[in-house]
Amino acid sequence: MRLSCPICGTRDVREFYYQGAAVMLVRPAPDAGEAAWDAYLHLRENPAGDLEELWSHDGGCGAWLKVTRNTVTHEVKKAVLATEVKR
Amino acid sequence: MAELKAKTPLDDFAPMTVGTVTLEETDLGILTSVAPFRDRAKAVADRVKDGHGIAWPANGRATGKDGARAIWFGRDMVLVAGPTPDPGLAHDAAVTDQSDAWTAVTLSGADAEDVLARLVPMDLSVATFKRGHTARTQIQHMNGSVTRVGADRFLILVFRSMAGTLLHDLQRAMESVAARG
Amino acid sequence: MRVAGKGRIDRSQTLSFAFDGNSYRGHPGDTLASALLANDIRMVGRSFKYHRPRGILTAGSEEPNALVTVGRGPATDPNVRATVQELYQGLSARSQNAWPSLAFDLMSVNDLAAPFLGAGFYYKTFMWPRAFWEKLYEPVIRRAAGLGALGPEKDADHYDKAYAFCDVLVIGAGPAGLMAAWTAAQSGLQVILADEDSVMGGRLNAETLEVDGQPGADWAVDMVAKLSQMDNVRLMPRTTVTGAYDGGTFGALERVSHHMAAVPKGGGKETFWRIVAGRSVLAAGAIERPIAFQNNDRPGIMTAGAVRAYLNRWGVSPGKAVTVFANNDDAHRTATDLQEAGVHIAAVIDSRNDVQAKGDYKLLTGAMVDGSSGRGGLSAISIRTASGSEKIMTDCLAMSGGWNPTVHMTCHMNGRPTWNEAIASFVPTHGAIPGMETAGACNGAFSTAACLAEGEKAARACIEALGGSVGDVAIPAAEDGFYAIGPLWAVPGKGRAWIDFQNDVSVKDIKQAARENFTSVEHMKRYTTQGMATDQGKNSNVAALALLADATGRGIPETGTTTFRPPFSPVALAALGAGAQGTGFAPERRTTSDAATRAAGAPMIEAGLWYRPSYFPQAGEKTWRQSCDREVGYVREAVGVCDVSTLGKIDIQGPDAAKLLDFVYINMFSTLKEGRVRYGLMLREDGFVMDDGTTARMGPNHYVMTTTTAAAGQVMRHLEFVTQALHPEWDVRIVSVTEQWAQFAVAGPKARDLLNDLLDAPIDNDSWPFMACGPVSVQGVEGRLFRISFSGEHAYEVAVPARYGDSLFRTLKARAEAMDGGAYGMEALNVLRIEKGFITHAEIHGRVTAGDVGMGRMMSQKKDFVGKTMAARPGLTDDGREQLVGLKPVGAVKQLTAGAHIYSDGEEPVRAHDQGYVTSVGFSPTLGHFIGLGFVQDGLMRRGEVLNMVDHLRGIQTRVELCDPVFFDPEGGRTRG
Repeated sequence: MRLSCPICGTRDVREFYYQGAAVMLVRPAPDAGEAAWDAYLHLRENPAGDLEELWSHDGGCGAWLKVTRNTVTHEVKKAVLATEVKR
Repeated sequence: MAELKAKTPLDDFAPMTVGTVTLEETDLGILTSVAPFRDRAKAVADRVKDGHGIAWPANGRATGKDGARAIWFGRDMVLVAGPTPDPGLAHDAAVTDQSDAWTAVTLSGADAEDVLARLVPMDLSVATFKRGHTARTQIQHMNGSVTRVGADRFLILVFRSMAGTLLHDLQRAMESVAARG
Repeated sequence: MRVAGKGRIDRSQTLSFAFDGNSYRGHPGDTLASALLANDIRMVGRSFKYHRPRGILTAGSEEPNALVTVGRGPATDPNVRATVQELYQGLSARSQNAWPSLAFDLMSVNDLAAPFLGAGFYYKTFMWPRAFWEKLYEPVIRRAAGLGALGPEKDADHYDKAYAFCDVLVIGAGPAGLMAAWTAAQSGLQVILADEDSVMGGRLNAETLEVDGQPGADWAVDMVAKLSQMDNVRLMPRTTVTGAYDGGTFGALERVSHHMAAVPKGGGKETFWRIVAGRSVLAAGAIERPIAFQNNDRPGIMTAGAVRAYLNRWGVSPGKAVTVFANNDDAHRTATDLQEAGVHIAAVIDSRNDVQAKGDYKLLTGAMVDGSSGRGGLSAISIRTASGSEKIMTDCLAMSGGWNPTVHMTCHMNGRPTWNEAIASFVPTHGAIPGMETAGACNGAFSTAACLAEGEKAARACIEALGGSVGDVAIPAAEDGFYAIGPLWAVPGKGRAWIDFQNDVSVKDIKQAARENFTSVEHMKRYTTQGMATDQGKNSNVAALALLADATGRGIPETGTTTFRPPFSPVALAALGAGAQGTGFAPERRTTSDAATRAAGAPMIEAGLWYRPSYFPQAGEKTWRQSCDREVGYVREAVGVCDVSTLGKIDIQGPDAAKLLDFVYINMFSTLKEGRVRYGLMLREDGFVMDDGTTARMGPNHYVMTTTTAAAGQVMRHLEFVTQALHPEWDVRIVSVTEQWAQFAVAGPKARDLLNDLLDAPIDNDSWPFMACGPVSVQGVEGRLFRISFSGEHAYEVAVPARYGDSLFRTLKARAEAMDGGAYGMEALNVLRIEKGFITHAEIHGRVTAGDVGMGRMMSQKKDFVGKTMAARPGLTDDGREQLVGLKPVGAVKQLTAGAHIYSDGEEPVRAHDQGYVTSVGFSPTLGHFIGLGFVQDGLMRRGEVLNMVDHLRGIQTRVELCDPVFFDPEGGRTRG
């Protein structure tokens, strides 16, 4: 598999570290309540289709990326820097 | 009282040639990582240009020449290799001495590209990776930096502690390429 | 036998080789198979299950029978297909699966027992009695199982891996592939042309067909010569593309030196390539299928296309009186080619009725071969015609059930092929591999003209998709015959008619599978083993499927195919793991003190990728414990020196540096004074401990964080995540400086005395109190000094730029030794920290909270930090959690062991009664007994209680008293002194 790093270009997946769903980008407030924190930490969608994920270009520039990947075809549709994701 | 003695990462390793390819340890001088603070990139670039005569490199590019280089070194970071950094840089950037943190070698020769094709999982052919191009990537299992500094010359950096492994991996690849004639 | 005037081998040179110890001769250009046939060797191996005599069936990589072992000792390669092994001077090959000899094989009794050994025999027979499985059945089956044998020695050969990148990858260099590569090359794009054969040209080398008015093989030579002159084309012969993967990535195995008498010095035997291509053209050709009839596996019976290949490419006729048995026009070429070369054609038997002879040979139409005879090889076949039966004397039968397009690669990403009635086989489904075009025979186009045209068209599609362009490319003239076929899978009749030669699967086995309700093709495959092993059923899959469809009353498309997975043909694990043998397995990280440490004879232990000394042995010491006890004594009584450079060191700078630290640590760092160090604990967001360490404030906006050796990478990534993903608005920059500094612990009552000998400006307790830090000058070198202690003693860590590390370590060690101290290793370090109750990742193993390790009160109430919210959830704050305790032996047994569990007195030591476990132990020479750390339910409240430690694995039971984890100097006076 290959991933397109917005900084480095398309690279082999071995240069990347996989974190999981991009849900982790939106950290709840400390007092957001149990449900919000449970969702943030534990509840994950498992779609057969497009999924937003977090990858780190560990073996490259070090950027954290939000990647849109199809879990069925492994097609990588989009990759943006985590720093540039609107929250 | 005896003074402390300095040792290079490869400890005075003599240049080695296998087939058409030569491997040598490279003394880059002082290495300084420079990471501009927010909105200070231009100020930092100007200071590097004015103070050291090296253009601030874009992503994936290296500027300067032997003795004074600026090598893009990852997200929002440049490695200045050679000169003592202008102390004023610290106002606008995180400036960190990395002179001893990296093993630097130069791989040169007609088959240097073929040697690296055995270790580096990205396209380093001259059509896509020209002189002055640099990349943070992997060398076998090591994270590192690869820069094309000449038609068939590459500057390779990995962590200092991995000097022995770098030598092992490069030598193995050099022998393998050379054996193909 | 060789045929005069035929073949593309170099007859001017002779090569000698050995097969099963006998010497033979061949020529450059031969394969082992063609050379064996030239020497009239027909029997080359025994089949896997029944040990039936087998000969060469094919002329390509799909060969199921002719598997041999090449080489000796640590350079042995089993399961080499004789059909792809190029001949070289001195080649030595052995047959497999036969003992004591190929001609007389004891295991061939299996064949006599065949009525009992059909499909499912093993599943049904070795079920009972249950106790027999482990002791009897499994060992016996294991001994009989397996193809070939590996030697016990370590593989002496090198294997390589490599990466290649191109715009267009063309897989296969037959007429379609050559034409595709030529067309793509005209556009200026980067092209790779890979072919599994040593000579490019594909079937053009095996046929007498013409291209552009010249022999096809000559046209291929010209084309290869032209392509090899182009800078944008890379030719990769002897390279099998083995798999198609995500993102245009392909695996390919190049046989680098299998064709040489010896691997060149420093060279590799094979190279496994990862090729990344913008677009690809599959031009993999087609594989001919046999026809099933009784005893169709006798040596001398081959596929018709293979017989033509041996004649036209290698100048060999596999027989003197050849018969042909076919259901299609193509196979008739075998008869005409042989006749033209002067070989006698005994008869051509065609199962179809309305067929004309293509030459002057005896043609039997509407006829089928229904049996064969001959000892050790074919001597006659029996024929059934409309009018009766007859017997024909023949020493070679060329059979053809038609051709199967090589669609395998198009199925590697979950695609399924499409049934094509006209050719009675499967063709690729377009788009099954993103960016891949298919062309030529693998696409079901069997005429040379169609192959050339499809190659050009496929390349054009690739060029356009890549935004390139290409002008008109002339397509050379070539034969454009129609491929006529009448399906015939198996000749009806009694006896065993073989489908899968490699796994000895017969028509009967497939019918039996259907009868026993293994009607799914995947079930049939596993029940009968059809399509398994090295050839993966390349010759037999479609026929087996057709027979299953017939037996279950379904059509072939509804029955479906099994899944073709990578690799297309076998790849040695050594090739996949190339570069990772021995020291290539993982990078070795060596500290600057490594050379001096090894020179001192210290055994090294791995800590992540780092190597650290276990202990420094001295003359007269017989056990590591003696060394360890001595080294602990250095620190407690004099001064010890230890390299701690492996700990992660992270430089943190910027206006928001303090904010970041306050957010990732449970305690405050914004309040830390410049020139001071503080211990910090980090949680994961789920509330459990991630890591611990000290952080020093070097300036108003400048900190240096220390992590544990094990978690350095994880913490760095975590900090990057926080600063990039959670708080990109913070103005802070982080960079690892682990490798910049060589850092040494100098610990013990004489630590300051030692340092003051080296520091250019001496220090005292006022200028450098406990937890102070700052720049120092060490013999003229700018360094850093931290007064921190992981031993509980008066201790420092002194850091210098790594280039001085070796020198400083030697100096420190020598001076410590002069002060009745010396260097200490990990064993002593471990004992020292257990004596003080300091935790490592043995304790913070991912399931403990700050409270569990006695640091609950460090959690700041004044700020938010990672893990704060979840650390407060009920399960993490409940009573009854296992908490850190000290353990000491109080009974007759004095030993403690890590990993042991803790039980209450009088309770059976079983899981239900588990009270906790031991994480770290060591013998404390300071206290004179074993000490340990562990976690016990409500441990904080149970100090003084005596429990049982039980180590089930080592069979050790020890009475232990729970105590304060700080065993030594609980007031901490020694640290501050």
